[in-house]
Amino acid sequence: MWVQKTIAKCWRTAGFTRFLSSQSKVPQNPTWRIEPETEAQDSHVTPELIDHLERLALVDFRNQEGVQRLQSAVNFANQLHHVNTDGIEPLDSVLEDRALYIRGDEVTSGNCSEILLQKAKSVVEDYFVAPPGNIPLPQKENEYLSTKGEDI
Amino acid sequence: MLQVSCGGCALLLGPSVRSSQLCYVGRGWRTASTACKHARDTGSLPWEGVVGLEVHAQINSASKLFSSSQVKFAAPPNSTVSFFDASLPGTLPTLNKRCIEAAVMTGLALNCAINKKSLFDRKHYFYADLPAGYQITQQRLPIAVNGLLTYRYPTGKKWSDMVTKCVRIKQIQLEQDSGKSLHDDFMRQTLIDLNRAEGQLRVDANISVHHPGEPYGVRTEVKNINSARFLARAIDYEIKRQTDILNNGGIVQNETRAFDYKLGATIPMRDKEGKQDYRFMPEPNLPPLILYDSKTLPRNIDAGQVINIDLIKEMLPELPNITRERLVEEYGILPEHSFVLVNEDGLKEYFEAVVKMTTADPKKIIGWVIKNLLGYLRQENLTIKQSLITPSALAELVTLLENKVISSSAAQQVFQELCKGGNKTPTLIVKEKKLGLLDSEQLEGICQKIVDEHDEEVAAIRKGNLKVMNKLIGLVQKASKGRTDPALAKTILEKKLQL
Repeated sequence: MWVQKTIAKCWRTAGFTRFLSSQSKVPQNPTWRIEPETEAQDSHVTPELIDHLERLALVDFRNQEGVQRLQSAVNFANQLHHVNTDGIEPLDSVLEDRALYIRGDEVTSGNCSEILLQKAKSVVEDYFVAPPGNIPLPQKENEYLSTKGEDI
Repeated sequence: MLQVSCGGCALLLGPSVRSSQLCYVGRGWRTASTACKHARDTGSLPWEGVVGLEVHAQINSASKLFSSSQVKFAAPPNSTVSFFDASLPGTLPTLNKRCIEAAVMTGLALNCAINKKSLFDRKHYFYADLPAGYQITQQRLPIAVNGLLTYRYPTGKKWSDMVTKCVRIKQIQLEQDSGKSLHDDFMRQTLIDLNRAEGQLRVDANISVHHPGEPYGVRTEVKNINSARFLARAIDYEIKRQTDILNNGGIVQNETRAFDYKLGATIPMRDKEGKQDYRFMPEPNLPPLILYDSKTLPRNIDAGQVINIDLIKEMLPELPNITRERLVEEYGILPEHSFVLVNEDGLKEYFEAVVKMTTADPKKIIGWVIKNLLGYLRQENLTIKQSLITPSALAELVTLLENKVISSSAAQQVFQELCKGGNKTPTLIVKEKKLGLLDSEQLEGICQKIVDEHDEEVAAIRKGNLKVMNKLIGLVQKASKGRTDPALAKTILEKKLQL
């Protein structure tokens, strides 16, 4: 118990963190600079796009503030386009040089429907119960958006 | 090759052009050219349908594609579900060796190029039977690509009117299956079974029409077609529908449709409205799948961890087109008969077993196998394996006929007797029922009687009308209850009539 506490204390002390950073291969400071945001970078989030994204992700941006947050997130992510990746193979995963583990075709799991069904809120005869299948979302008036059709 | 399966799907895509076999193609523009401007503008060019199929086939494996839970048809709901299948946090996919091998073998059988490096991707969509919110598939770099399947199909009523066609295979990919949804409209709820084992073939068809030589038209996707007959009907309907729209100056919508077999029509799918955006991304939990051949096989590696394409090539069974060619060449049978032998599960083996057990010409055996045996099995609704007539019994029967122990009409009687089951051999049946051919001495008496009773016919023959001889032979056959060798009867009758 006391060991854990000590370690936690160490972590919290700035000196220890700095010690770790100096050992790290991650540069202390960025080696390239983000261009200041320009007008051109500004992506246009249209009400149609908001609607599309809300449907895809089944989220609700709720209000003007939420939409602005989305806008700035998009702008932030768009900066990645400034990184020169010419001639560089995309990296899917840092594990991509590892061999993919191949499993023999043997049955070693399953038969645990009781445990799984316990986690469900609603169950009927060993089936999970879900709301009826994809119902098109009603075309709602996004009252938090400024005039429909206009960019934000 | 063949929703909701083991969570292990081989999937192939093949764009092909359907034109000649579709009568609507021509008819569509003809009716329209008199009726509307659009058709005149485009000249008298006929519309041609372009069809791409996405075929989902369940892999015959013991466990699922990415988990070690069982693949079992009609298992109790959620009984063959592992923590991974239920998408519990922290669970990871582990790829099934058997599924990789099945995909490679399918690729080889369809003349594909096997990718020695293939990748896995996540395809996202929201549906209650997909608890992870994504499906693992192979979109960017699938396990096999660029295949070709040559096939023959009848163009007319006759089996011999066959044309050879090719279908290109775009890709074969390993894909995890979703669960199964049961919609309860009354209670307004959906029941979810994550077992994923339906064992069926499911096809999605992408259909568009265009004028040959011009860019492809806007396509529609008809989803979840589960039989070849419905597939053909859905495609025919969709080509006609799109042709009609275009001829009337309309625009084909890029949409997902479903085939309603009661209406015989495709209808827009309500629950998948709008553009689908699957947000494909690389699957971070599975490194690339590397395959080897005998040359590139690494040493000192656990055999369970490598897939050798060359070994799978060796395991490949004789493919249907090769089998058909071989049957025609080896036994001298007709090409159409080779199709029947290959298409009926176990019939080829049955035929070959009979051929081995008798000296009779295979060309004579084929009729017994296809006409008599298959006819009897179809009538009784039996499979080849359930047949009461064993290959050895049929071989014995054919031999009796070949050695002129019985006539062909007696052989039919023996066959009918064999259909009833029991353990009697054809030889025993012939003996018990006295179906053996009569010898010339026995035949002599019957022939004499027929000659004596048919003065008119005898006179006609003597005048030179030799066709009447066949009538007399027929009468002898009837009188002997089918136990006459026609050639022998003819010789005796000719002698008696002093011809």
